[in-house]
Order: sequence, then C-alpha cells, then structure tokens
Amino acid sequence: MTWQNSAITITTLLPIVGALGVLLVPRGDDRLVKGIGIAITGVCLALAIAIAATYDYSATCATPPCLQFVLNVQWIPVIGARYHVGIDGISMPLYVLTFLLGFLCAVYTGRYVPEPGRIKAFVALTLLLITGMAGTFVAFDLILFFVFWELVLVPMYFLIGVWGSANRQYASIKFFLYTLLGSVFMLLGFLALYFSGPVDALGKHTFDLTALTAFGAGGGYTHLFQLVVFGAIALGFAVKVPMWPFHTWLPDAHTEAPTIGSVLLAGVMLKMGTYGFVRIALPVLPQGAVAYAPWIGGLAAIAIVYAALACLAQKDLKRLIAFSSVGHMGFVMLGIATLTTIGIQAAIFGMVAHGVITGMLFFCVGSIYDRYHTRQIADIGGGMAEIMPKLSGIFAFVAIASLGLPGLAGFWGEVMALLGAFSPNTSTVAGLNVGLFRAFMIAGGIGTILTAGYFLWMLQRVNMGLAPERWRDHGLRDILTVEWVSWVPLLVLILVLGLIPSIVLNSTEQGVNLIVKIFGG
Amino acid sequence: MTIDYHAILPVLILSGTIVIVLVTDLFLSPRHRSASMWVAFAGVLATLVAVLSLIGKGDRPGSFGGSYQVDAFTIVFQTFFMSAAAVVLLISYRYFREGGFYQGEYYFLLLTSFLGCLLMPASRDLLMLFLSLELVSAPGFLMAAFRKSDVKGNEGGLKFFLIGVLSTAVMLYGMSLIYGLTGHLQLAAVSAGLQQLSGAKETLANAAILFVVVGFAFKISAVPFQFWAPDTYEGSPVPVAAFLGVASSAAGFAGLLQLMFVAFVHEYAFWVPMFVALSLVTMTLGNLVALQQRQVVRLLAYSGIAQTGYILLPFALVSADPSINHSAFQAAVTYILIYGIMNLGAFAVTTAISSRHPLLQIQDFAGLAKRAPLLAMAMTVFMVSLAGVPPTGGFWAKLLIFQAGIQRGGVGVLLAVAMVINSVISVGYYFLIPRAMIFEDAEDQTPFRSPILVTAVVAVAMVALLVIFIVPNAIYRLGEVTSLGSGG
Repeated sequence: MTWQNSAITITTLLPIVGALGVLLVPRGDDRLVKGIGIAITGVCLALAIAIAATYDYSATCATPPCLQFVLNVQWIPVIGARYHVGIDGISMPLYVLTFLLGFLCAVYTGRYVPEPGRIKAFVALTLLLITGMAGTFVAFDLILFFVFWELVLVPMYFLIGVWGSANRQYASIKFFLYTLLGSVFMLLGFLALYFSGPVDALGKHTFDLTALTAFGAGGGYTHLFQLVVFGAIALGFAVKVPMWPFHTWLPDAHTEAPTIGSVLLAGVMLKMGTYGFVRIALPVLPQGAVAYAPWIGGLAAIAIVYAALACLAQKDLKRLIAFSSVGHMGFVMLGIATLTTIGIQAAIFGMVAHGVITGMLFFCVGSIYDRYHTRQIADIGGGMAEIMPKLSGIFAFVAIASLGLPGLAGFWGEVMALLGAFSPNTSTVAGLNVGLFRAFMIAGGIGTILTAGYFLWMLQRVNMGLAPERWRDHGLRDILTVEWVSWVPLLVLILVLGLIPSIVLNSTEQGVNLIVKIFGG
Repeated sequence: MTIDYHAILPVLILSGTIVIVLVTDLFLSPRHRSASMWVAFAGVLATLVAVLSLIGKGDRPGSFGGSYQVDAFTIVFQTFFMSAAAVVLLISYRYFREGGFYQGEYYFLLLTSFLGCLLMPASRDLLMLFLSLELVSAPGFLMAAFRKSDVKGNEGGLKFFLIGVLSTAVMLYGMSLIYGLTGHLQLAAVSAGLQQLSGAKETLANAAILFVVVGFAFKISAVPFQFWAPDTYEGSPVPVAAFLGVASSAAGFAGLLQLMFVAFVHEYAFWVPMFVALSLVTMTLGNLVALQQRQVVRLLAYSGIAQTGYILLPFALVSADPSINHSAFQAAVTYILIYGIMNLGAFAVTTAISSRHPLLQIQDFAGLAKRAPLLAMAMTVFMVSLAGVPPTGGFWAKLLIFQAGIQRGGVGVLLAVAMVINSVISVGYYFLIPRAMIFEDAEDQTPFRSPILVTAVVAVAMVALLVIFIVPNAIYRLGEVTSLGSGG
C-alpha cells in the first residue's frame, strides 16, 4: 500500500464509510451527523487536492488514457471485471470539483437542512452520491464505471423524492426512469465492446478501458459495429448530459430537488455524461464518433438556442437556471462534436466552469427561496439589491459569469467551443462538413446573445427596481456566515478560472491531444 | 444396487424430521403446538449441515442406479432450498401461531414440499424428476388453501389444484412418449436416444418435449400458463406465498434446467423459438400487469411472473456452442439464487406487515420509514434489487443474463434489449412500495414492531444483497461450478 496505489481508492470510498458511520449515530444527535458529513467531505477534498498536487503533469504516454495513481486488482474474475482505478489530466479537474462541491454542500447542510429533516438519511445519501460521482471519473474498467454510474441514481432519487419541493414525487421517478433507460442501453453497449473486443493469451475478453481504447483506436471494431454500439452508449451519456431532446427530466429534477441536490446535479452529475463521451465513446469508437459528430453538433446547436428561448419564458427562478444548464451543456457537446483539440479542451473547461458557476447559482437560488419562500420571479418582484445588497451582488456576479463575460470562468468554454466549430477537424477526419459546423457556430453565437439577454432580464426583474412593500419589513437577512464559507471558494474559482484558464487547460491538454490523435491529428 | 448413504443423508434426515413433526404434534397441548416449528427448524438445519458435509467430496453418481446424483449443482440447489426452508419456517412462526391455524399439519406439509425441493436437483431421470415435482406441489395445494374460512383462500387453492393436476397429466404424457421412443428414463441416456430418432419419430419426440415444457411452464407460472399464480398467492397465507414464489418455482427451474440443458439439449433448434416467445411474453405481460396492482402480494405475484420471464431468457440462448450454453446456464442458476434472496426478503417484510394490515394494500406501507426504519430500509433494498439497480445484488443477477444474451448475438441481443426495457418498466411498480414507505405519511403513526424472527431474516437478506453487490464473485462462482456438463 503506497500513496500512489491507494490514494484514489481511499478518497473515493471514504464517503461510503462516512455514510455507514452516520447511520450508527444515535437518534437525535444532529450536530454529530452534520459534523461527520463536513469532516468526511473535508478530508476527501484535502486528499483530492493532495492527489492533484502530487500528480506528475510532465509524464507522457503514447496512447490514452495516461494514468497515474493506478490500482488494478482482480474483482470479479468470473466475468473478467477488474477493480481498475486511476486518474489522468482529464479526470483530475472533475474529480477535485466533485469533492469541492461535496464539501461545500456538507458545510451548507450544517445550517440548511431541507424539510422534512431526517438529517441522518440526508447526509448518508449525500455521501453515497459523492462516492458514485467521484468513482465515475476514476474507474477504468467498464463494469466498475457502470456501477459507480448507477450508484448515483438511488441516492439522488431519494434526495429529490423526500427533500424536494411540491412536485417532488413526479420529478424523482421521472429522473430515475429516464436515466435508467439510457444507461441500460449503455450497459448493453459495454457488453458488446467486451465480446467483440481484444482477447488475451488465455482467450479471455476484457472490460479494461485502457485495453479497449488501444483496441478501438487501432480500428479493432468494424464500422457497422461502431455505428450501432456508439448509438447505444451515446444514448446513456446523452440522457445524462442531457442533450436535447433527452433533457425533459432535467428541469423537473433540478427545480424540485433540494438546494444541495441541485448543486450536485448541475455541478457534477451532468458532467458524467459529457465525460463519458470524451473518455469512452470517442476513443474506443472513433469511426462511430465521426459518423455521429454532425448529429451531436446539430443537437447541441438546437439545445443552445432552445434552452435560451425556454429560459426567456420561465417564471420560476430555479427552473430558469435549470434550463440554462441545457444550453451550457450544449456548448460542451458542440466542443466535443468538433473532434478538435480546442473543442474538447473547451468541453472539459466548460464542464468545470459550469460546475462551479451553476453550482453557485443554485446555492444563490436556494438562499433566495429561503428568504422569500417563493421562487416565482413575479412574487419576488424586484428590488433585491435594496433589501439584501450582498446576496443580490453575488447573484449578479454569478449570473454574469454564467452568460460568459470575458474574464470570468464561463467565457472560455463557450468561446473555445465556437472557435472549434469554426474549424472542425477536417484535416484528418473525412466527412465533417465545415459549412455545417459553421452554421452550428452561428447558432451558438445567437445562443450566447440570447443567454446574455435572459440573464440580464432575470437580474432586472429580481435585483433591480423598488422592492415591493410586502418584503420591506419582512426582516429578510442578507448573507449568513455559513453561506460565505460555502460560497467564497466558488466565487474565487469563478474569477481565477476566468483569469488563468490554464490551470485546467494545462492539466487536460495532454489527455485531449492523445484522444484527438486517434482521429489522426 | 448400491446405495451411497452419505449422499442421501440429507433426504433421510429431512424425511425423519417430517415424521417426528407429525408425531410430536399429537402430544403437544394446543398452547404449545407452535413448538413444531422449532422441531422442523432443527431438522432443516441438520439437513443443511448434511448437505454442506458433501462439499469437496467429489461427485457421487452412485445411488439407485444413477437416479439420484450429488454434484455441485445438487449441493448448490439443496443448500439454497434448505436456507429457503429455514427462512419460510421462521417467518411462519408468529403468523401461524396467532392466525389460529393447524400448526403441526402445516409444518408437516411444508417440510414435505421441501423434501421434494431437496430431491429435485439430485434427480437425474424422468421419473425422479416427476416424483420430486409432485412432492413439491401436492402439499402445496393444501397449504395454499390453509385459510379455510376465506373465500379467496379456497378459490386460490382450488385453482392451484386443478391447474397443477392438469399440468402434471400433460407432463407425464410427454415423459411417457419420450420413454416409449428412447427406451430410457435417465437424462443422459434420453439425450443420446433422442439424437437417434428421425422422421415421424422425431416429430413425435418434439411433441413430447412440447408437452413436458408446457407442464413445467404451469409450475413456474410462465405466460400463458400463469393465471393461477396471482389468485393463489393472494389467497394463501403470506409465508405459503413466499414458499410458492421462491422455493416451488425454483424447484421447477431446477428440473427444467436439467431437462433442457441435458436431456433435450440437442433438440434446441425445435424448442429454442418456443422459449424465445415464452420469455418475451412472460416478462412483458408480467411487468405490464404488475403496474396495475395495488395489493402487495398480487404485485409480488406478477413481479414473480416477470422474473420468470427473465430466468427463461437464458434457455432461449441455447445453441450448438457449448461456451454460450455454459454462460446461459450459469446466468440462469445465478439469477435463481439471487432472486430467491430478494424475493424471500420481500415476502418476509410483507408477512410482518400482514399482522397489522391483513389487506396488504400498498397504502398500508405508507410511513413505514418512520414506524419501522429497519423494515422500510430492507424493503427498499429488496425492491431496488428486484428492479436490478445498484447498489444491490439484483444488478449482478441481471448483468449475467444480459452478458449471455450479447454473447449469443442475434436473437440474444434482441432478448437482452427486451429485458432491459422491461427492467426499466419494472421500476414503475417496484418503486411504488419504497415511495409509499418513505415519501408518504401514515394515518397510523404508532411505531410498528415486527416479530423478532422476521426482523432477523429480513436483516440477513438485506445484508446479503448488499454484500453480494460488493463481492459478486462468490455467488458467480456458485453459478460457474454447477455446469451439469451443459451443452451435452
């Protein structure tokens, strides 16, 4: 057991240990439960940062994924599944982001426990959720990946269903059924990769992603096979992203979920889908990726414009933010569809930026709801800047970051994705139509304008103007200490990522280059 | 004729216990009749020990001219059946003591059924298979109607009896034809004999196979021979429904596995299309009707029908390729074992609830998370597991069937796709119960104390499913070793 081979396992599975610990706490000791939640996620965050700090960014590989901190041991020999975890530059920012948001949510829970309480179950499920999400980013065996992937379903179902708002039962089962339907087809796709994949000296197949990537990148799968299986796998990822038209679960789930549920959903869980494209679908099935790229790009462009228009029509503040996620993930998918280094870099940066910004937006909306007890923009009625200047200032800052103002985190992902769409990978990939992608770029450009429009209009309706009489003497309290503590790291990151995007881009560059190289670049 | 006494020791012990249970009941005063359960329980445990003592002693083909054989398949299934027997006994204790039933007679009948289960996996000729199956069913007819004063109980019992007798007749007719055509009863010899047939005789043999399959289809409640099951389950005492849903159906499968993967394996081209249809229709219909159910035992009955469809899927994958047959066999065995655990758990919780809410509507589970947190948590695990979603053992059971389907290719892929769609549909009704327990509030807020024995069983089953989720290899190994020389 060394730091190198145990760090990932300990960090990823520690929340489960914490969840079991929480269940053993005697009834009524809420402070201890919250303390365990904060302590465990804090330790995990520290470990994740330590992994990021001791990771050797200069190491190079010939083929993706370029893993460090590897632990690869037997797990289910009967079906050839292994416990294979590791991390590379692409996973790193997402892995750290998961624990950062997890920790901040635990801190937030120290003050805000949504109705109907039941703090033990709440914290235990959150911890289980964190393990599932983090594990997805470090699993390099397809079965292990799938297990982590599905592990998030049950906790999130209960987080929405028990602690959600009025329409929670409908939203929770819709979320569950949608994502399950997508992921079971993904599982069948994985099994197909297994049986048509490489065979070792003993005639055994493998679920190992490193081996499958090498095999697939080398053209091991037939063209027809790639078309079919890419479709099956992409369906699972597309529902999770969610790509238009598979997005309809998202507005309901995000809107009904408790604040930290929304933060983790938007902040991390959606990235599992886009990460899956980058990590599995593209490198293992490159021909499939080329064939589907125009379709993915087209759906992404539709998503960007559609989401912006939908946002303009929203009356519910939280639902508005939820729909904005569909548009932002559209930019991420557009970047991926270009199959270029800059496009995929944009996608990963966009994932991190969206995680930080939209996570923060959901925190803001959660706190606004806590004050006003309504999420209807009309009921809030404007004038928040007058009553709660600090909260409204932060809300404005984050909203402007989300619309992609240069100098803040939201900018780079969008602009790089549009640049990628201007010149998709036609030099080495036959079949990508430049004109088509430029049309997507224009659609994306229109989308950014509409995005700026709906965010500014939202700020106008919430922050500006005179506060309605009914809120003036309502004793609405501005930002509390616990909110500062859980928000400041995100606010700082929004600024830092905007000013120094290379923090993320340098980490992901090599991994992205290796993937693009599969397409001949 | 030599008899290997160690090999048949489990059967001897259980038979002895049956006699003892019946006799002791005569000498117990009415107040102490529930003691029969403990006698039966001790006998089951002794039988289990005897079964386990056979592990690692190699295959024992010796008894009764090869009709009764002990190999890995036998040991795995006998262990499974005796564990199930222990569970059913434990959940029966309070139910039958407080329900005003004849207790000694019930335990006698239950053990007799389990004796049939015990014989089934060791039976290697048509006659023994038939006898074992009847030994399982015949006491079942009586147990299903044990709620004498209940109309539904009588209806269920009568339906079960009529269908059971009919299916037996059809099956026996098929078996007699096979004997007539091949001159053999032993499965391996039947397999060889059937290969020799051609022309009209082959057609007749196919008809005979059809009859046998139809007979078994009744026992395992495959569509279109399923209609007795929901009524019978609903009318039965809940522990009896647990027995029917888990042990009786698993015994049917243990027999069917031997027939299809050994005796009839070379005729797969004839019967595989039949199983494709059976599997598809059974899982789909079971799931769709289950969506409409609001009574928990009926819901579990239809869920059981859907699950039967899943277990039939590996049969539809049989081909000329022994490695695929091996995967399919392994998938079916593993599924039966894991399904047994989760289904027994679900019935155990239902038994506990039935003491307070005899109608067993889903609404009766409302608010259980507050009234009985452990039961609610366990029931949630069972339902999630039945739906096949991580983090539970049910996921691994389904995975193995998907895997076999994809490995088979062609029709296997289509079946796997049908099964994943069905799995998603099944969430629609499996999650009704957790939803009621956790999301809704009960009118009756008083804490609910479940009998200690039931609670223990439930806790063990829940932990087992969670442990299987983390280390599935152990149970996969059980499936792997029980090869039966599949593929002929």
